[in-house]
Amino acid sequence: MKDMTDGYVTADGRQIGPVVMEMKNITLRFGGVEAIKDISFDIRQGEIRAIIGPNGAGKSSMLNVISGFYVPQEGEVWYKGSRRPTMKPFEVAQQGIARTFQNIALFEGMSVLDNVMTGRLTNMKTGMFWQSIWKGKAEREETANREVAEKIIDFLEIQAIRKTPVSRLSYGLKKRVELARALAAEPSILLLDEPMAGMNVEEKEDMSRFILDVNDEFGTTIALIEHDMGVVMDLSDRVVVMDYGKKIGDGTPSEVRNNQDVIDAYLGVAHD
Amino acid sequence: MPEQLAFTIEVFLNGLMAGVLYALVALGFVLIYKASGIFNYAQGVMALFAALTLAGIIDGQVPFSHLINAILGTDIHHFGWHVPAFLAILLTMVVMIALAYAVQRLVFRHLVGQEPIILFMATIGLAYFLEGVGDLMWGSDIKSMDVGLPQGLNTWIDDTTFNAFGYGFFIDNLDIVASIIAALLVIGLVMFAQYTKQGRAMRAVADDHQAALSVGVSLNFIWILVWSLAGFVALVAGIMWGTKSGVQFSLSLIALKALPVLMLGGFTSIPGAIVGGLIIGVGEKLFEFLIGAPFLGGATENWFAYMLALIFLVFRPQGLFGEKIIERV
Repeated sequence: MKDMTDGYVTADGRQIGPVVMEMKNITLRFGGVEAIKDISFDIRQGEIRAIIGPNGAGKSSMLNVISGFYVPQEGEVWYKGSRRPTMKPFEVAQQGIARTFQNIALFEGMSVLDNVMTGRLTNMKTGMFWQSIWKGKAEREETANREVAEKIIDFLEIQAIRKTPVSRLSYGLKKRVELARALAAEPSILLLDEPMAGMNVEEKEDMSRFILDVNDEFGTTIALIEHDMGVVMDLSDRVVVMDYGKKIGDGTPSEVRNNQDVIDAYLGVAHD
Repeated sequence: MPEQLAFTIEVFLNGLMAGVLYALVALGFVLIYKASGIFNYAQGVMALFAALTLAGIIDGQVPFSHLINAILGTDIHHFGWHVPAFLAILLTMVVMIALAYAVQRLVFRHLVGQEPIILFMATIGLAYFLEGVGDLMWGSDIKSMDVGLPQGLNTWIDDTTFNAFGYGFFIDNLDIVASIIAALLVIGLVMFAQYTKQGRAMRAVADDHQAALSVGVSLNFIWILVWSLAGFVALVAGIMWGTKSGVQFSLSLIALKALPVLMLGGFTSIPGAIVGGLIIGVGEKLFEFLIGAPFLGGATENWFAYMLALIFLVFRPQGLFGEKIIERV
């Protein structure tokens, strides 16, 4: 296998960089239940990495470990070449990792625009003193950040519902707004937890297009959990397959698709 | 103008102004409850503590003087200086922010994720603790509060209305000033919440803790901010009530009056606290004047607000502006 340490160029001309995040021997327990058993994998700069597996495999738990919501009992998370100390989720976010949630965690009392603007919070630096005065530094920062938010709203084609309270939106639109909020943070790594759940074919095509566009235009590294095999095969550069907390496959979509363990896991073969 | 009508209008106006003060106290509750789900039983005591500290600083009182004298056998009570009101208010605000930080760090940081009832019990403990500290620090004798607010009958209104309507409206200067200050405070808080970066973070934390964490908001920082704002509101309420009736330990009971306001306006709504306060204020005074005194023997002001709140609980438990509890099956 050729040395890919510093990155490579894909068949369609996209630049994949070196490893940006690495999970080393992660074990996560909830009381007596081991949700993640000694899993290691890496994510490269600029790639789209899918995490797949049957329900209950531990995929969302993995995402929660990456975003800091769960702290693994064993193992290390390496980010940008150095070991990441245990940190709170908001500190992880401030480091440039944004995420969406499986069951949608939008700010239901706010409008779409306000929700996207909350995504800009890590980028806004003016202190309370300047903010209380408002005129000057704070106002300029708000305007600049508002511009970025509007660009993202345009990018995801949700201009028409900018001012709508998100509680009134359909499920598909809520997912898109959550994506917008995550993008607003201009993250280095974007974590998507089942971004296509509950969508019809047309909505899935739209969402896939957006994800590809984000990766193409901004070079954002994306890790996503997804159940639709067609989507996974089409979108991702590499795939991690989990089952009952263990890693049973790791490689390109075609490599994984032909892996007997993966086929068994999905078709349900009796384990000895 | 017939005298009965003039009386009624006067009572109505006084009710509005009393209502503004109730709204102010309720606002402190709403701020904390929205951001952290904690019902702060100690809000009234915070107002008392703020008023005690302010009065103490202005008079140049030595904090914990009784304790120091008892232990060291000295006899000191005052520093002998007189701090100007404005500086004293700033210093008291510093104390309230320090209190917010201490409360968050020592108490509520360890109770994150606990049941609401446990958080509520913690605030009950906090109330008693703060009351005791207030007594120990500044003594329990009634203090007068004078920050330079105008007091007494507003003669201009009295004369003008007498000339216009044949009846002079008795409206206290202090009430007018209190209403204006409270209104400005409310407007300021609403604008802070709506437009500033910290305000947005506050609204995010009030909405969804997990989502707020995922966009990089430090929950601890926002909770300290919210408790500080509630402390500021408590200070203003303490100043108003303290100037009106002196700084005494019954001041903490005004918190009880805020409960009907919250039940009317909803626990999570800032405009609700305002409207609820006004309704209770006006309702209380008008009811006493029109029905209580003539037919029920008077003294209805004590219970009218609670009766109104009870009725609301039966028909509209979330209050006028609160969030309706919809359970998605």
